Amino acid sequence: MADIKIKVKDREGVVHELEAPTDMNMNLMEICKAYELPVAGICGGMAMCASCQCYIVSDHNLPEVSHDEEAMLSEAFYVKDSSRLGCQLPITEDLEGLEIELAPE
Amino acid sequence: MIKTDILIIGAGPTGLFTVFEAGLLKLKTHLIDALPQAGGQCSEIYPKKPIYDIPGFPEILAGDLTKNLLEQGKQFQPGFTFGERAETLEKLEDGTFIVTTNKGTKHHAPVVAIAGGLGSFEPRKPPIENISKFEDNGVAYIIKDPEVYRNKKVMISGGGDSALDWSVFLADVAESVTLIHRRNEFRGALDSVEKVRELKALGKINIITPAEVVNLNGDENLKSITVKKGEEIFEIETDAFIPLFGLSPKLGPIGNWGLEIEKNAIKVDNALDYQTNIPGVFAIGDVNTYPGKLKLILCGFHEATLMCQAAFKIINPNKRFVLKYTTVSGINGFDGTRKEAEKAVVQTIN
Repeated sequence: MADIKIKVKDREGVVHELEAPTDMNMNLMEICKAYELPVAGICGGMAMCASCQCYIVSDHNLPEVSHDEEAMLSEAFYVKDSSRLGCQLPITEDLEGLEIELAPE
Repeated sequence: MIKTDILIIGAGPTGLFTVFEAGLLKLKTHLIDALPQAGGQCSEIYPKKPIYDIPGFPEILAGDLTKNLLEQGKQFQPGFTFGERAETLEKLEDGTFIVTTNKGTKHHAPVVAIAGGLGSFEPRKPPIENISKFEDNGVAYIIKDPEVYRNKKVMISGGGDSALDWSVFLADVAESVTLIHRRNEFRGALDSVEKVRELKALGKINIITPAEVVNLNGDENLKSITVKKGEEIFEIETDAFIPLFGLSPKLGPIGNWGLEIEKNAIKVDNALDYQTNIPGVFAIGDVNTYPGKLKLILCGFHEATLMCQAAFKIINPNKRFVLKYTTVSGINGFDGTRKEAEKAVVQTIN
């Protein structure tokens, strides 16, 4: 399986282009951490802390928001319509070219 | 003043296992934790979730792991200071330490082991510009004494269990309770949601959804809050505003103790004993960092074990000691109990 490319704009406005493997069972939060971007991922990916909240900038067909993610986003801060939790987005080929922006901490 | 041999900051899995390893070396332990109970993240964030990488446990719930660790260390009679955050570290002339909590409780020990995980859990504060101005003057993130709200107008925001449970509780105490949440749905336990629904029907709780508090108003004390509901913006008079958005860990005061910090974690000597740049102060578990560090409970257990050996040498500089196996030596509790393997029965068959 091929790697995909993802663009992440950090909180300083710097855009990072990441290469993400699609065969390692990783999610968007984890790939950001692997590139040492400032994503805390406190709960480890259980949709229980919102520290990996990001805004989806590109027009991609993403997996539906689960009940857990919806619940966490309803209590997170700085939430927009485009908000998602990075930990709930598995890296798949469908995410090729995805562009996101990290939400404020 | 609380006195102990190893003062452990943080009662998560790593801190709890330190109790056991220290006990094997006849070292007493005392733990400080900002949370009201043991377990750290395991109890606070995911008590009902399974963990699959604890050696020897194909699957164990985080809450059960905490329970087991408490049981495992019980005979070493650890002391606990719960609900208080370790605030300051003072090194005395004799090389021992005094750690004082935010409530002024003092602890004295020759060795300090920081097992603070990601930090102490503190309330998440909503990003309302002037909120800090009203802290303790109408705004509270934790309800310490519900009586403070007797016959007062109270606004609560949040959509989880604590927002729901406190709304229910304060409905009988306060003059009025209004619950504000960004969504129409609440995610608390079913019976809490049900109870809030009942109290709403009885007119004892007002609910404003989907809405957000966008501003706080008043001179010195909070007088009213500004609420945004869709395009509508209005002001509501209130005596108190209690945002309940759960807890999030912050490294907090430990960051000011003169420890070498890297990436929000404490640098330690992993080649030897997980000691920090302050001799006698160790950092173990998720709170530390070193080349190749993995934030795993099982790594915390290993680090705690090695740290205790180093602590023993600091506390007993002239005592010779070698590692003993529990299967061989058994465990002598500080409470007088003894656990040991059953002795083989040697009998002759005639």
